[in-house]
Amino acid sequence: MTEGPWWRTPAGREGLAVGLVGLYGVSAGALGVAAGLSVAQTMLTSLLLFSGGSQFAFYGVIGTGGNPLAAVATASLLGLRNGFYGLQLSRVLAPSGRLRPVTAHLTIDESTAVALAQETRRGSRIGFYVTGVALFVVWNTTTLLGALAGTAMGDPRAYGLDAAAAAAFVALVWPRLFGRGEDGRTGPVATAALAMLLTLVAAPFTPTGVEVLVGATAALVVGLRVRRAPGEGAR
Amino acid sequence: MTLWLAVVAVCVLAFLTKLAGYLVPERFLELPWVARVVPLLTVALLSSLVITQGFLDTDGLPTLDARAVALGAAVLLLLLRAPFLVVVALSAATAALVRLWS
Repeated sequence: MTEGPWWRTPAGREGLAVGLVGLYGVSAGALGVAAGLSVAQTMLTSLLLFSGGSQFAFYGVIGTGGNPLAAVATASLLGLRNGFYGLQLSRVLAPSGRLRPVTAHLTIDESTAVALAQETRRGSRIGFYVTGVALFVVWNTTTLLGALAGTAMGDPRAYGLDAAAAAAFVALVWPRLFGRGEDGRTGPVATAALAMLLTLVAAPFTPTGVEVLVGATAALVVGLRVRRAPGEGAR
Repeated sequence: MTLWLAVVAVCVLAFLTKLAGYLVPERFLELPWVARVVPLLTVALLSSLVITQGFLDTDGLPTLDARAVALGAAVLLLLLRAPFLVVVALSAATAALVRLWS
C-alpha cells in the first residue's frame, strides 16, 4: 500500500502519529524559561535549533548557572548525530538544491527513524517530510504554550521542573542503552557509566557546565577501544 | 546579551551540522572511528547531563535530594514502558510532592 495520496500510505500515517511525540515541547518551553531564557529566546531555539535533546542540554547548562560557551558546546556536540542522519538520508531522499536546507532543518531523531524504516523510496520520502513537518508544528506550538505557562508559574522548583530536566535526559538516553537491538551491547552502557563517573569527579573542580564536556570524553575512550559490531552504525 | 549570542550561536551551529550531513563527502563521515564515536557521544553527553541535573548541588558537589527521588520514579516508569511525556511529567510531580512534604 504505497500507492495513493500520502495520507493514505503507512508512512504518512506513521509520520502523523510520531508527530504527536512533539507534545513534549510543553516541557521544553517550561524548562527554557525556568532556565532564565525569555519566551522569545526559548521560541528561537525551538524554531531554529529544533532538536529536543540539544535544547534540553542548552537549557540545562544555562539553568544551573553554567558558562554560555559550555552550553553551546554541549548542545552542539549532542547535535552531531543529526549530521550523520543527513548522510544516511541524502541517499534515500536525494533532496534538490532548493529543498536541501528545509530537509536539513527537519533532520532529527524521529524523522530519520520513520524514513529509514520504510521499504520504498516514496515511503521514505513521505515518512520523512510528514514526520518532520508534523513534529515542527506540534513542537513549536507546545513550546510556546509551555514557555507562557512557565512564565506564569513562578518558582520552577516548586513544580519539580528541575527534576523534569533530569528525567528528560534519562528518558532520552534510555532507548540508546536498553532499546531494541541494544540489549547486551557493552559499548553504550560502558560509555554511560564512565561518563557519569567522570562528571561526578570533575564537577567540584571545573566551571559549571564544563564537567559535562569532561564526561563526553567517555565516548572517545570507549569508542576508540570497542570494535564495531556488524551492522552497527551512527544513530 | 551574552545569552542572546549563545542562543544565536547554538542555532546556527545546529543547522550547519544538519546541513553538513547532506554536503560533506561521505568518505570523511564514514571513517569507522567517527561512525563509532558519534552515537556514543550522544550517550555520554546525555548521561553526564543526568548527573549535573539530578545529583549535583550548586557547588558541583554530589547530593541526594528530591531530584534523586524523581529520577527513581523516572527509571521505574521507563521500565514500565511509559511514554516520554508521562515520564517527565510524573517525575516533576514526584519532586514537587517530595518538596511539599519535607
